[in-house]
Amino acid sequence: MEVTNIEELKEIAHIARKNVIEEIYGAQSGHPGSSLSCIEILTTLYFNQMNINPREPKMQERDKLVLSKGHASPALYTILAQRGFFPQEELKNFRKLGSILQGHPDFRKVPGVDMSSGSLGQGMSSACGMAIACKLNKQQNRIYCIVGDGELEEGQIWEAAMTAAHYKLDNLCVIVDNNKLQIDGKIEDIMNPNPIDKKFASFGFVVLKADGHNIENLIQAFEKAKQIKNQPTVIIADTIKGKGVSYMEEKVEWHGKAPNSEEYKLAMEELN
Amino acid sequence: MNLDKKIATRQSYGEALAELGKENDKIVVLDADLSKTTKTEIFAKQFPERFFDVGIAEQNLMGVAAGLAVSGFISYASSFATFATGRAYDQIRNSIAYPKLNVKICASHSGVTAGEDGATHQMIEDLSIMRTLPNMTVLSTSDDAQTRWAVKEISKINGPVYLRLCRLASPIIYEDNTKFEIGKGYQFGEGTDGTVIATGITVAEALKAQEELKKRGINIRVIDMHTIKPIDKEIIIKAAKETKKIITIEDHNIIGGLGSSVCEVLAEEYPAKVIRLGIKDTFGTSGKGEELMKHFGITAENIICQF
Repeated sequence: MEVTNIEELKEIAHIARKNVIEEIYGAQSGHPGSSLSCIEILTTLYFNQMNINPREPKMQERDKLVLSKGHASPALYTILAQRGFFPQEELKNFRKLGSILQGHPDFRKVPGVDMSSGSLGQGMSSACGMAIACKLNKQQNRIYCIVGDGELEEGQIWEAAMTAAHYKLDNLCVIVDNNKLQIDGKIEDIMNPNPIDKKFASFGFVVLKADGHNIENLIQAFEKAKQIKNQPTVIIADTIKGKGVSYMEEKVEWHGKAPNSEEYKLAMEELN
Repeated sequence: MNLDKKIATRQSYGEALAELGKENDKIVVLDADLSKTTKTEIFAKQFPERFFDVGIAEQNLMGVAAGLAVSGFISYASSFATFATGRAYDQIRNSIAYPKLNVKICASHSGVTAGEDGATHQMIEDLSIMRTLPNMTVLSTSDDAQTRWAVKEISKINGPVYLRLCRLASPIIYEDNTKFEIGKGYQFGEGTDGTVIATGITVAEALKAQEELKKRGINIRVIDMHTIKPIDKEIIIKAAKETKKIITIEDHNIIGGLGSSVCEVLAEEYPAKVIRLGIKDTFGTSGKGEELMKHFGITAENIICQF
């Protein structure tokens, strides 16, 4: 069920935004800012780009995604539910005792999740292993890995970056959700990872840039990435933390906080 | 048994791994720039396409191993015990143990017998931190035949395993093809004057002590506890019921390893006094492996002194 109509994709993203707020409000816990910044990235991947089958989530030759910034789980969960991997009803149980929807993604529990994540900096290494596995199996599928820009401060990211280039993992596409904020403040004030593009380029990546909230733009970048041979790709997606809810946008305090009932109403009014 | 002939378990590991590679094309091996010393180079030479040297990057080593495992391969990831389990602990915890992935962490240079490199390279808390991880099976083998068995046997476990190996040459204890079982200790003798529970390189010391004590009319039993987790409760409880004294001996901190495991079983099931021989909560120091065993009292002589 590949969706090519941009308006339709926008509508999917719009519903996803509302669901993210519902999930986090319901749990009274979670990370709205980081979830809202990667909605279009996930929408584009799961509805337009990735070769997946919700009826067969473990299909051998599927494209896979590692959400290395695992705290954006509400975004991944709603996209997977909307895509049909599990009933949307389950979103109500996010972060609750007994739910498959853990605070951070658990691939043993959630249909459609390809790798567990949560401790920052680790997903890119797993993604490298998955990309190497595809090469060993002579499979054509692609591996996507979404990392946060603050996450780039983790040293392991750069160990993995070396690995991706060394093994010429052209089936690996890393997406940096470049929302420019981390828990303690602006990334450039806390521990500046910039220039992100030059760093990745010097590590042997092909660097592409996209407006992370513009689906057409993202599709173009993903299509371009598929054409690249012998090198891994990174798409630096320019995003806004908390995108779509005015009082959350570019506000550090909305990294990991649930809205109260008034804030929830306000957010839903804006999104409706 | 030929305690005078010696082979380092890391050598046995490398050779067995290459044999396993022939039998199973899903086996992949990863190392972090130590393939010559962990002996994974033996596999690397035969199966270069299934060997990945990720460089001096142990955290990434575990992550890549996890990625291969989640894709259906059986990853054997090797480094020195201190880097494998210490440097990459969080990666093992979150990318391997929690998702219960098929990664076999096989670490050489465990304990003070790593020798001359000194405390930074002598891992004395690996059993402790690995056995505390849910989903993790923990093995610590004592000789060549047992290590060869373990390398193959752990490939059949669907989940993470820690296999503790030694740099120092270990005396030959077992015949080839001796039957072992994961989670079952291997017992030598039925003596009732005492029990020595040993693991890894200290098993040979326990056997030497058993022989010497026998000459003095003291009959002890020795248990080779090659599986630290799940620990063989039955054999420990039986020993506590039938013998006068329980001694544990390990090239590991007395906190958290074999000694602690035995104490936990007995405290809950059959309270008995336990004498823990091992590294007494201190860091190691440079020296030859054999010298260090004497220095830290993990020898046959020190076992004999307890009787």
